[in-house]
Amino acid sequence: MAKQNKMPNKELMGADAHSQLVKRERRANNVWNKLRRNKTAMIGLVIIAFMILIAVFAPLIATHDPNAIKPSETYLGIGEKGHIFGTDEFGRDLFSRVVYGARISLIAAIGGTIVGGILGILLGLIAGYAGGAADAVIMRLMDGMLAFPFVLLAIILMTILGSGLQNVILAIGIGNVPTFARVVRGQVHIVKNEEYCNAGRVIGISNLRMLFCHILPNTISPIIVYATLNVAGAIISEATLSFLGLGISQPTASWGNILRAGRDCLNTAPHIATISGIFILVTVLGFNLLGDGVRDVLDPKMKR
Amino acid sequence: MLKTILKRILQSIPTLFIVITITFVLTRMIPGNPALTMLGPQAPKESVEQLEQELGLDKSKGEQYIMYLKQILSGDFGRSYSYNQSVVELIMERVPNTLVITLTSLFIALILGMIVGIVSAVRQYSILDYIFMVLALIGVSMPIFWMGLMLVLLFSVNLGWLPAMGMGDPANGMWDVLSHMILPCFCLATIPMATFARITRSSMLEVVNSDSVKALRARGLKEGVVIWKHALKNALPPIVTVLGLQLATAFTGAILTESIFSWPGMGTMIVSAIDNRDYALIQGVVLFTAIVFVAINLIVDVVYTIINPKVNYESGNGGR
Repeated sequence: MAKQNKMPNKELMGADAHSQLVKRERRANNVWNKLRRNKTAMIGLVIIAFMILIAVFAPLIATHDPNAIKPSETYLGIGEKGHIFGTDEFGRDLFSRVVYGARISLIAAIGGTIVGGILGILLGLIAGYAGGAADAVIMRLMDGMLAFPFVLLAIILMTILGSGLQNVILAIGIGNVPTFARVVRGQVHIVKNEEYCNAGRVIGISNLRMLFCHILPNTISPIIVYATLNVAGAIISEATLSFLGLGISQPTASWGNILRAGRDCLNTAPHIATISGIFILVTVLGFNLLGDGVRDVLDPKMKR
Repeated sequence: MLKTILKRILQSIPTLFIVITITFVLTRMIPGNPALTMLGPQAPKESVEQLEQELGLDKSKGEQYIMYLKQILSGDFGRSYSYNQSVVELIMERVPNTLVITLTSLFIALILGMIVGIVSAVRQYSILDYIFMVLALIGVSMPIFWMGLMLVLLFSVNLGWLPAMGMGDPANGMWDVLSHMILPCFCLATIPMATFARITRSSMLEVVNSDSVKALRARGLKEGVVIWKHALKNALPPIVTVLGLQLATAFTGAILTESIFSWPGMGTMIVSAIDNRDYALIQGVVLFTAIVFVAINLIVDVVYTIINPKVNYESGNGGR
């Protein structure tokens, strides 16, 4: 009740607008406040913010040129000769490579999720809203794609597309389309028969407007939850592809290909594989924590 | 129920057909001429053309597709040029090895994961619950290949307790076989174990607080009997679903685990097939795995219908 006192005067703006404003403000407060009170979500958010800052300010943070080769300083240990994380098999500074690698890994993961999200949301909306033949064709195709283990599908796509950042984004994106489509379609089925959608149909709004102004906004919570958790998976996917030698190729640094290089010198320089893996683990953990937290807040029924 | 199961089986036929079609389209999109790859870049033009004819590559894409369908339906997955053996034979040779570590690790994961999940649910918000759930979250976030490398680093390189690669030979005794299996199985079990722990905990929490369980307690049944016999039975359906998904995921996880531990299974085979651009083998393994996926999903759904008759696939939104 105290909140209402802060609102503009009821008489000044009319009762309807006022109550709408109250509702809107309460909701905004609720989601953010709940998220803020959710410890796991906050830990996740801090981790993600930290990694994004590293990625954005990589040129300022890196102590060396990440691609500068120094044959005299190969396989240095942690802290030796001013190299915070030591050096790799070409004498390149590992700290700088990990910092720049954050950029590539996060861009690939978030980019892949966005590509998969946009395509999946569109297909899910069409399938769920149109129903009938369109639904059957789209969803059977999605079932078919889901039958491929993600790693295998991504491997084949990378063999076709060739390595490189854009192709990694595309492969991760395509691999993620079916699940996004399924999540969205399921939600559309629930939402499209709600009162407000029926009302919209009665007053004759266009299908496009119905889809994008009324149905999509009301299916967004599960999409956000799924997308957040999906970024976690996408980071591992990028690392997997690069680890298998199909993703980001040398000399560009990504956490996955640093790990691949570290594998070959596990005996001589175990710190290379260890450090790059820890960065992957912590970032994935961050997105998983945030995803769990967001789910608890947006979808209390799913609370674990 | 029988009708539901039959309908579910019929539904998977179009999926299989789509899977075969996608495999065909994707493998045809892989750049490079398979005939040229098989014979090497120095091969004379005539022999390349002859091989193209033998493989049917000179025909139109439509004809190739029909030919491919006929081949698949008759159980012929083609011939691997890098192994010079039929793809079906190769798969049949390797599948048991993959199954050994996949099933062993899933079994370990299921048992340990369920115990952890049940203990966490029964002692919700205790220190033990927090520790287990943090560990489970780390387990879910772990890149499986990194986990494998760290295990090799610790147990093979630093401690020297366990072999880092290869498969044991029964001729060298039981320990040789087991010692080679420990690291890959442990590696492969981590993620499913964490998933089982999380799903068991949430499913058990729902059941433990339900009226039926309260009624059992009120009747004076021992807590152990209530939890392990009655509550667990009611908490099973989501665990079965996850078991199916994990069986499929573990098969994929095996690709990476095997390549780290040089375990001679399907995973190492597909990685080498990619390195050698052995299209017939890639195509065969991908198709085989996808068919296994479809079959596993089918089995899970059928088992699910049996243990939980409320599920109705005909309504189109049941069970998933």
